[in-house]
Amino acid sequence: MGELRDVWVYLSATPLLHLTLTLAAFQFGSWVYAKGKMNPTLNPVLLAVVLIVAVLLVTGTRYDAYFEGAQFVHFLLGPATVALAIPLYRQFERVRRSALAVLVSILAGSTTAMLSAVGIGYVLSGSSDTLIALAPKSVTAPVAMGIAEQLGGLPSLTAVLVLITGITGAVLGPYVLTLIGVKDWAARGLAMGTASHGIGTARALQVNEIAGAFSGLAMGLNALATAMLLPLLWGFFF
Amino acid sequence: MLNYLTLILGCQLVGELTTKALQAPVPGPVVGMVLLFTFLMVRGSVPDDLASVGDTLLRYLSLMFVPAGVGVMLHFKLLGDDWLAIAVALLISTILTIIVTAWVMVWLTRPNLPAAGPPAAGPEAVSRPKDGAP
Repeated sequence: MGELRDVWVYLSATPLLHLTLTLAAFQFGSWVYAKGKMNPTLNPVLLAVVLIVAVLLVTGTRYDAYFEGAQFVHFLLGPATVALAIPLYRQFERVRRSALAVLVSILAGSTTAMLSAVGIGYVLSGSSDTLIALAPKSVTAPVAMGIAEQLGGLPSLTAVLVLITGITGAVLGPYVLTLIGVKDWAARGLAMGTASHGIGTARALQVNEIAGAFSGLAMGLNALATAMLLPLLWGFFF
Repeated sequence: MLNYLTLILGCQLVGELTTKALQAPVPGPVVGMVLLFTFLMVRGSVPDDLASVGDTLLRYLSLMFVPAGVGVMLHFKLLGDDWLAIAVALLISTILTIIVTAWVMVWLTRPNLPAAGPPAAGPEAVSRPKDGAP
């Protein structure tokens, strides 16, 4: 028994344990997602988060102790954000013809996302931490977390709201678009990518390649638009 | 391979330094993304090695959200207090965003828009887009 505790104490102090836990939980989430025929409600990130939180609560591990190991995975968000320039460039070539319409649509969607989320949150008396986390909720997580940090909010809360937004858009988006009679694949893709970033883009790609390309572009441009507009709008209102 | 990983990290580093120096409200990696995008525009193509580094990073993009997502355990109280505001705001705002974006795009690319496309082919051309997307 004492030996087991020694091993536990040793492992808890190195990044190895929590790094492995993070990868294993994500693999498990991906496995369930694949088994469930990629049903968007079985999002691997959400499953991994639930599993890890359960393990940490059961073992009485603090979040900072976990993050000590998991930070190596977290760090990669920065370079991955930079790498988003690659799909953006590839799709930019493809959609150059309707560039102006694309830009205006994404700006309209981006502004709608920020104002409506914060507006509704404000009316329902959300705290300021909640409002800051709601504002960039339609932006891909690494950028949304950066924006929340800039505004003095909580990046981790933002990441959670971003994930839920992505899943919501991926599940409801296709129904909503059909309901309002939008049949054009470009418009459908733009809407999915602007409202629900990478998770919406993954969903759009499953349905149609054109929709996927426009969705990826929308995700990148919305990230850029929100990163530039939100701090200005925030300073204006608060 | 390694030189393009260095390029990506370099873009991020310059981005971080620029935003800190100018006290710009934009996250450093976003500026890094713009820098890399500019590099690609100037170069006119994506080098194979850069593509393999970038695509590998992006393939595991969702994994990278996990450590921050686990931070939810710090905010159970906040989520409990504000659950209604959060749930309603996320649901309504996401649906609104989808509708606004799609409608603006459809409206701006409608076939009888004077500036875009060939001159009007006749009154029937107004009725619907030509590719019959289901």
